[in-house]
Amino acid sequence: MSLLATSGRLAIEAITETGRGVLFLKDTLAHGLTPPFYFRTIFSQMMRIGYNSLPVIGLTAFFTGGVLALQIYVGGSRFNAENIVASIVALGIIRELGPVIAGLMVAGRVSAAIAAEIGTMRVTEQIDALITLSTSPFRYLVAPRLFAAVLSLPILVAIADTIGILGGYIVGTQSLGFNPQSYIKNTADIIEFNDVFSGLVKSAVFGFIIAFMGCYHGYYSRGGAQGVGRATTSAVVSSSIFILAANYALTSLIFSE
Amino acid sequence: MMPNTSPKIALAGVHKAFGSKVVLDGINLEIEDRSSTVIIGGSGAGKSVMLKCILGLLNPDSGTILFDGFPLDRRSRTKVDFYGRIGMLFQGAALFDSLPVWENVGFGLLQGKRMSRIDARDVAIEKLRRVGLDDDVANLFPSELSGGMQKRVGLARAIASNPEVIFFDEPTTGLDPIMADVINELIIELVRDIGATAISITHDMASANKIADKIAMIYRGQIIWQGPASDINNSNNKYVDQFVHGRAEGPIRVGVLDE
Repeated sequence: MSLLATSGRLAIEAITETGRGVLFLKDTLAHGLTPPFYFRTIFSQMMRIGYNSLPVIGLTAFFTGGVLALQIYVGGSRFNAENIVASIVALGIIRELGPVIAGLMVAGRVSAAIAAEIGTMRVTEQIDALITLSTSPFRYLVAPRLFAAVLSLPILVAIADTIGILGGYIVGTQSLGFNPQSYIKNTADIIEFNDVFSGLVKSAVFGFIIAFMGCYHGYYSRGGAQGVGRATTSAVVSSSIFILAANYALTSLIFSE
Repeated sequence: MMPNTSPKIALAGVHKAFGSKVVLDGINLEIEDRSSTVIIGGSGAGKSVMLKCILGLLNPDSGTILFDGFPLDRRSRTKVDFYGRIGMLFQGAALFDSLPVWENVGFGLLQGKRMSRIDARDVAIEKLRRVGLDDDVANLFPSELSGGMQKRVGLARAIASNPEVIFFDEPTTGLDPIMADVINELIIELVRDIGATAISITHDMASANKIADKIAMIYRGQIIWQGPASDINNSNNKYVDQFVHGRAEGPIRVGVLDE
């Protein structure tokens, strides 16, 4: 009986949460896509979400590219295919690892920060204050963060791709003994427009997920400091899961032919 | 025009429940134009929820709320420019900590009324002076101010657009007795100067006695008594007496299991 009650409660919670998320999305789009737009806020959020994430993204991408080169070299040498290192590093980074790793790192950094900020505004009644001052929180708080994240993530991922390939190049040429010229040539030959494009489309979607989850969980946080803490955790966990799920869905969609 | 005798705000049969917990159980209340009404009541009696229902921060389950005779709901609030005509002082001041003091004060003018930054800043500084704050406070951030100063900035923000109705949520809570009295004095002066209708909720009887023309008491989600502020000590109502004199013994049971 209690099993039945628990599963029932979970199902109701899941449906409630989904409905609330859809309504939140509806309000965001209704308010966010109509003027006035807060360009100053969008810009300052882009600095926070994009520019300030550069160090962590750069370091992660560099080491990921490096370790990818090492692994493929070791794995490839088992069937005498060491020469595919450059190609696989480039494709792996651009198609998959660049967007996903940048997405996950930014999810941890930014989704949490957004949820904490908006959650604190909620519990200190600042969101109520916005409403009483004729300002829609969706337009003023949510929409600029969404715009900023959707615009920033592709730029971040383009940079992460470049640094990741550079990481692979440095490991490949310095410690695995590849010829620099042929490494670069192999890299350039394998990359196609579709690879880069799909990575950037993915990253824009990831940016949306990151900002949306941060705003959503922050907006509905309840119960003081503990509630804000819960919102922060939920934002990071849910945005990470949605990023990985969306990554699979988009990959199968884009590369289905 | 005929003299306006209809109430500025009228609540009729307002109900609100959270799950199985009934918070507002049929609130009927009329707020006269240009009067100062104070709603008193214990913690959890429903004061804040009632205020949030009027402000549209919560939607009542049933009942009507009239503003100048015009029913308020989610849509009509925009139509009558409700938020452009009211001001609200939040309990914790609720200042935006990412913005300097003057932008907090001028926020409604900048965002709601699309005033230019230079003009909004001038108005903000004038309103800050009005609540007794120096010009150099304008560029500070809210976190750099004491609680009493934050309350004053909140007041300045509430009056920035010369509202018709000003709401005060526990205006003296968390302040020392002297600062509380300063805020009470300011509320009286500002409401009189602007010619606004004031609605306050509080459990501070000293504040209620000072700022109220009319007092209403809320208990278990209903208005159980209302009358002129001068009658509060002769209400002939056991609940009101107990509350006003702050006695643990009486008809109001404040049990630990009550919530």
